[in-house]
Amino acid sequence: MIRLVPRQEVAPAMVYLSPVIALAATVLFGLILFAILGFPPLDPLFNFFVKPLLGPSGITNLLLKATPLILIAIGLSMGFRANVWNIGAEGQYTIGAVFAGGLALAFYDIDTPLLLPGMIVFGILGGMAWAAIPAFLRTRFNTSELLTSLMLVYVATQVLLYLVHGPWKDPDGFAFPETRLFHDAATLPRLWSGTRLNLGWPLALIAVFAAWIVMGRSLIGFQIRVSGAAPTAARFAGFSERRVIWLTLMIGGGLAGLSGMIEVSGTIGQLVPIISPGYGFTAIIVAFLGRLNPIGILFAGLLMALSFLGGEMVQIENGLPRSVGGLFQGMLLFFLLASDVLMNYRIVRVRTKHAQVATS
Amino acid sequence: MGPAASRPRLELRGISKSFPGTKANDNVDFTVLPGEIHALLGENGAGKSTLVKIIYGVLRADAGDILWDSQPVEIQTPKAARALGIGMVFQHFSLFEALTVAENIELGMDDPGDRRTLHARISALAEQYNLPLEPGRHVHTLSVGEKQRIEIIRALLQDPKLLIMDEPTSVLTPQEAEALLGTLRRLADEGRSILYISHKLEEVIALCHRATILRGGKVVADCDPAKESPRSMAELMIGTRLTPPKRTAIEAAGPERLVIEHLSAEPPDQFGTALRNIGLTVRGGEIVGIAGVAGNGQNELMAFLSGEQRAPAAEMIRIGGTPAGLLGPNRRRDLSAAFVPEERIGHAAVPDMSLVENAVLTGHRTAGFVSRGFMLLRLAGQFAQRVCDGFKVRHPGIQHAAGSLSGGNLQKYVIGREIQQEPKLLVAMQPTWGVDSGAAAAIQQALIDLAGRGAAVLVISQDLDELLAISHRIAVLYSGRLSPPRPTDQFTIEEIGLLMAGHGAAGAADQEGRSAA
Repeated sequence: MIRLVPRQEVAPAMVYLSPVIALAATVLFGLILFAILGFPPLDPLFNFFVKPLLGPSGITNLLLKATPLILIAIGLSMGFRANVWNIGAEGQYTIGAVFAGGLALAFYDIDTPLLLPGMIVFGILGGMAWAAIPAFLRTRFNTSELLTSLMLVYVATQVLLYLVHGPWKDPDGFAFPETRLFHDAATLPRLWSGTRLNLGWPLALIAVFAAWIVMGRSLIGFQIRVSGAAPTAARFAGFSERRVIWLTLMIGGGLAGLSGMIEVSGTIGQLVPIISPGYGFTAIIVAFLGRLNPIGILFAGLLMALSFLGGEMVQIENGLPRSVGGLFQGMLLFFLLASDVLMNYRIVRVRTKHAQVATS
Repeated sequence: MGPAASRPRLELRGISKSFPGTKANDNVDFTVLPGEIHALLGENGAGKSTLVKIIYGVLRADAGDILWDSQPVEIQTPKAARALGIGMVFQHFSLFEALTVAENIELGMDDPGDRRTLHARISALAEQYNLPLEPGRHVHTLSVGEKQRIEIIRALLQDPKLLIMDEPTSVLTPQEAEALLGTLRRLADEGRSILYISHKLEEVIALCHRATILRGGKVVADCDPAKESPRSMAELMIGTRLTPPKRTAIEAAGPERLVIEHLSAEPPDQFGTALRNIGLTVRGGEIVGIAGVAGNGQNELMAFLSGEQRAPAAEMIRIGGTPAGLLGPNRRRDLSAAFVPEERIGHAAVPDMSLVENAVLTGHRTAGFVSRGFMLLRLAGQFAQRVCDGFKVRHPGIQHAAGSLSGGNLQKYVIGREIQQEPKLLVAMQPTWGVDSGAAAAIQQALIDLAGRGAAVLVISQDLDELLAISHRIAVLYSGRLSPPRPTDQFTIEEIGLLMAGHGAAGAADQEGRSAA
């Protein structure tokens, strides 16, 4: 029998080393997996981890994919630090996209530089509005935001489907369920011509930096952290629980809504039935992989984005199933959790004896 | 009265037990005779509870032998310990509030047998040992003393030859404690051994035949309590001379810093105690103690005073003359009030955060640690360092987590953090709970000094000895009602005890809801 015994002291470096170890273990087991499948193991591994980054648009594609993951995860991490479990970012993202897209369509004929900032504001407001429902229910009726935010994801999806199939359908679109393409005035500017990378990436970097300052240095960040670490102490300190719930849900919803806006305005260019490959859910993994730390989330977001791209690449190059991407995500999370456990606990072998009381 | 010399019931030889970083028990030898009441004394962290857990099969010793009736035994589980005839009554009860006495006893037994016989046995034991208890009563209707009787009867039903009692009188009124000591003497007269853990040394002298004193995991003395004084035993426990805190007389009555008037309130949660027409005035320069057995409204009163719960009306609580009943904790701190809740970990301090950040916890408004929404961590760090220096907090560094401090040191830090802000009113609950006597004396002295500088100090404590030592006046909280306060030297322990048990003649006399200051 083995038992886990808490370690008396955890080496501080291990906190940062643990994700690296998890990554190494994932690569190693990837090698073994590919070998068992009968591939020369280094080839698919190279295709998964390196090939997506090569070529002129490799890095920019990665950053493009990482943008929504990082933005959403930053917002969610603040809530998670306060024990506010918003797992409905996917819905907030969708409604943000709907708000921003709606504005773009409403001003379809008007070419104004104000449209884009307006869409950003609308995207954020849309995400906030969707997150306000769980916030209200939690603070008013003590309803679990875990359930309400998740259920609202499916409502949001239906709202989007209704709009693109119905009132907002492109009149010249041959009955395809999609809206008109946004005008230039409603499209996020590209950072470099010839790449698809847009203004979203610098916004994500700003969010990382802002979150880093707010969480570490500001009183609000302190309130959020205390609320999560010791709710009773937060009340004793005079920090309002309601305020922290509202604040973190608004930040999380707002950043998710902003991501939705960036995706439809910068990458897709119109509203379509499916505007996310599950960014809102993957961002939860990103948040924890990054240890709810803004800088960690930056790297975790890049890594997760790579796993999306790598999954596509091995599909193309090696004919491996698409699920390889998900497999690597799963392995990474598994090894991270495992190395976390071993970082905080050590394994002790316990001898089992039959006799409980041995009187001679 | 002492037990006849005979073969020991329990003998420990060379017991050692290490935890990472500490040696909790170091080569402990120790013997309990049949019919002997044996005290186990020591500071927190001296190794008492580790030793008891080894005897009761909760922990295994790294080295050493246990002999039971002169036979070597290995006690692997509490069940094995009970099978040998070792019973234990824990300091913290494990009872289901919604079940009856008998149901609780049944749940805790390895072999309860059929229910009717059990009822009869419970009643018989209750009769025999003067432990009045009705098997059919629901636990949530019982007092703390009655709950403890459940635990004792549960242990006695196993017919133990050795009964371990962990701080049994710390939750009892003086009269209840006296009755319990009588019961224990009767058990010992029947030849049962009792291992008695307590920090109340007068009690040990009155009750116990022998005392073993632990310090730093080692046995430092094995003595006859009848030949010792409380002071000599305390000094053996801490290894140095003890300087008891000195209460100073009030020179002149200061202004009214805290006035509680007609405070009646329903409890915030359903198992809480409603407060009934509480009235009390605390003036600058004095320490007022609120005595009472736990669960009589202390937590509720504390929450209403600190602002974690709002009072029904603003006028019910006045701080420095300002109606404060409806203010939150921050606004009350603005009125120069400071609070020390009972629970250190997770209430007064965040264990995972550094001492610096824990300074910000209560100083974020009053100590100027925040400017334009940002924390001034350097300022808070200097403050934390001053608290640690001034209150002799032993700590690995102010950037280390509060949870890495020992209980006594964290308590000194928490108290110091509030006192360092020089409040005009300090309300402290159980300020020395679970703190070793050296740290306790330092904390009590700090409270006395604060009052000496003109602050009003209100101490809510179950430790009557502490209140008698430091308070100028004492009031007793029972069932949500507060007795009128009286000067400490005009109170006898018997009178306080009666009030704690709700038998006070003056209990309902507080009709005005406000006592004379």
